[in-house]
Amino acid sequence: MKALEIKGLKKSFRSNFLIKKFNILKGIDLDVEKGEIYGFLGPNGAGKTTTIKCIMGLLSPDSGEVRVDGLPAHAAAARQRIGFLPENPYFYDYLTAREFLLFSASLFNIPEKEMRDKVAALIHRVGLSGHEDLKLRKFSKGMIQRLGLAQALVNDPDLLILDEPFSGLDPVGRKDLRLLILALREQGKTVFFSSHILQDMELMADRVGIILAGTIRRQGKLSELIARSTQYVEVVCDRIAPKELARIHPDHALRDNQSVLTLAGDADVNLVVESIIHSGGRILAVNPVKMTLEDIFFSEMAGGANGVPTSQSNGTGAPPNPSTLGGKP
Amino acid sequence: MKPAIRGIAVNTFRESARNKMFYLLVFFGILFALSSKLVSFLTLGDAMKVLKDTGLAAINFFCVLIAIFTGINLVYKEIEKKTVFNILSKPLSRDEFIAGKFLGLALTMLTALGAMAVIFFAFVAVSGGGFDLGILLYFFMLYLELLVIVAISLLFSSFTTPILSFIFTVSLYLIGQVMWTFNEFKDYLAIPLWRVFTQGLYYLLPNLHKFNIKNEVVMGTAIDPWSVLFSVLYALAYVLALLALTVLIFRRREFQ
Ligand SMILES: Nc1ncnc2c1ncn2[C@@H]1O[C@H](COP(=O)(O)OP(=O)(O)OP(=O)(O)O)[C@@H](O)[C@H]1O
Ligand SMILES: [Mg+2]
Repeated sequence: MKALEIKGLKKSFRSNFLIKKFNILKGIDLDVEKGEIYGFLGPNGAGKTTTIKCIMGLLSPDSGEVRVDGLPAHAAAARQRIGFLPENPYFYDYLTAREFLLFSASLFNIPEKEMRDKVAALIHRVGLSGHEDLKLRKFSKGMIQRLGLAQALVNDPDLLILDEPFSGLDPVGRKDLRLLILALREQGKTVFFSSHILQDMELMADRVGIILAGTIRRQGKLSELIARSTQYVEVVCDRIAPKELARIHPDHALRDNQSVLTLAGDADVNLVVESIIHSGGRILAVNPVKMTLEDIFFSEMAGGANGVPTSQSNGTGAPPNPSTLGGKP
Repeated sequence: MKPAIRGIAVNTFRESARNKMFYLLVFFGILFALSSKLVSFLTLGDAMKVLKDTGLAAINFFCVLIAIFTGINLVYKEIEKKTVFNILSKPLSRDEFIAGKFLGLALTMLTALGAMAVIFFAFVAVSGGGFDLGILLYFFMLYLELLVIVAISLLFSSFTTPILSFIFTVSLYLIGQVMWTFNEFKDYLAIPLWRVFTQGLYYLLPNLHKFNIKNEVVMGTAIDPWSVLFSVLYALAYVLALLALTVLIFRRREFQ
């Protein structure tokens, strides 16, 4: 059984006075295996939070199915084994961290007696030791984020759903959280987290799903996704006239007084190299370049499927078309 | 009680109890109740009666104020500040959430009324009034009325803004005070349809006047135990109906 399974999930919002209908989720299909870290990647406004709210039963879908460990998401029992961190969490500011965690535990019907000892360990685990009795009013954004994480762990969940867990954390906090999530996987837990930060995905996720404008554009093992995506080969050379080069291969550019030819992954590299040598050029390097997640992401955002990156692509993935950055429907 | 419902209730109580506004209103309630002594000096007639009359009126006023203000804010604030995301993502049904909220409010009102009542009892005793069982009964009936008011404000709070909730709740409260006139009014209506309509309203709207036994208590007239029992059942039924309606609305809500 899958830890989380979403089939054909659709959700629309109506504007005021029910005049206009906005289709936000247009049939989401995704599944999360038990014990994996699943990265839910998408630009702002793609529908990540909306999907997560449907998983948590905060929104009811127009159509489609959401199952958590086989149970329908709207059933209260489905939430017994889930830990949830909302986006930009806000908690009661009149409570202390300890009171808040005890309160959260009570919502899982965990008696206070049983919880009292665990609270300190939990607070320590998220790096808030010493702040147990501080009112949440006095917590910083990053501290709230950490407490949100502690709150999500209060029931020792099998599945963690984290909406933008890294937002508001400093570099130390990010690293701590990364280690914590990896440790949770070690314990056999499943983690589903959303982010628009690619580095988070590349460092942790076993599988990713890329959502764009309310549809899942790609889903798969990170390693496969990167390997499967078109690679290209850079041939670096000098001592050859651009005119000559243009004859050999149309896609070439000048970088630091060296010519760089960008070849499709399946192009005949030997032929190109031979031609360059034949024309008196000197080969400096032949680099096979794999697509990074970032490249995949931007090529999806540009609306292209597996387009070969243009010669401007340098692996750091400048957006081919910045106007699509919003990704809004 | 399920720990989840109790958790919500205790937290609701804690929220009111850590709010300065709550203390201020309780304080003013006590202050005005005690200043009834001044009024009793200034007016002619039985000083003790005047003291009880104005004191109880003051407590009544401030308790109703507290009930309305805490009631209209509670659920709305949870939704507005999105703390509700955190609660409803736990294995707890929305019905249980509403039940917990109501119980927390009931506890809050019990504390507020209790504090005022204890001080007022002591005050009456010191002023030579002795222990008056009637006053205890008065507070009990007031508590029933407060529960109905709290349930009304909770209902509005679950789907509209505090300002509208306030207007609706206060309107219902005021209508509830003059409900008894409906029955008399009805006899003057010529058209039967109107008569049925007024009769319907009479049964539908909260007859809060029933809970106010101040005159009987102050005057020392006998109180019909059957009418007290009826009031208890009436309050219970009314609160349950309001909570059921609130739950029906709240179940369908989406949280964006
Ligand atoms: N209540 C609503 N009414 C209308 N549109 C809404 C509503 N809530 C969200 N949307 C729209 O749905 C889209 C998806 O929003 P969502 O919050 O799911 O995005 P997201 O992927 O979580 O983005 P971010 O990375 O910024 O958190 C947005 O275009 C947003 O404007
Ligand atoms: Mg979001």
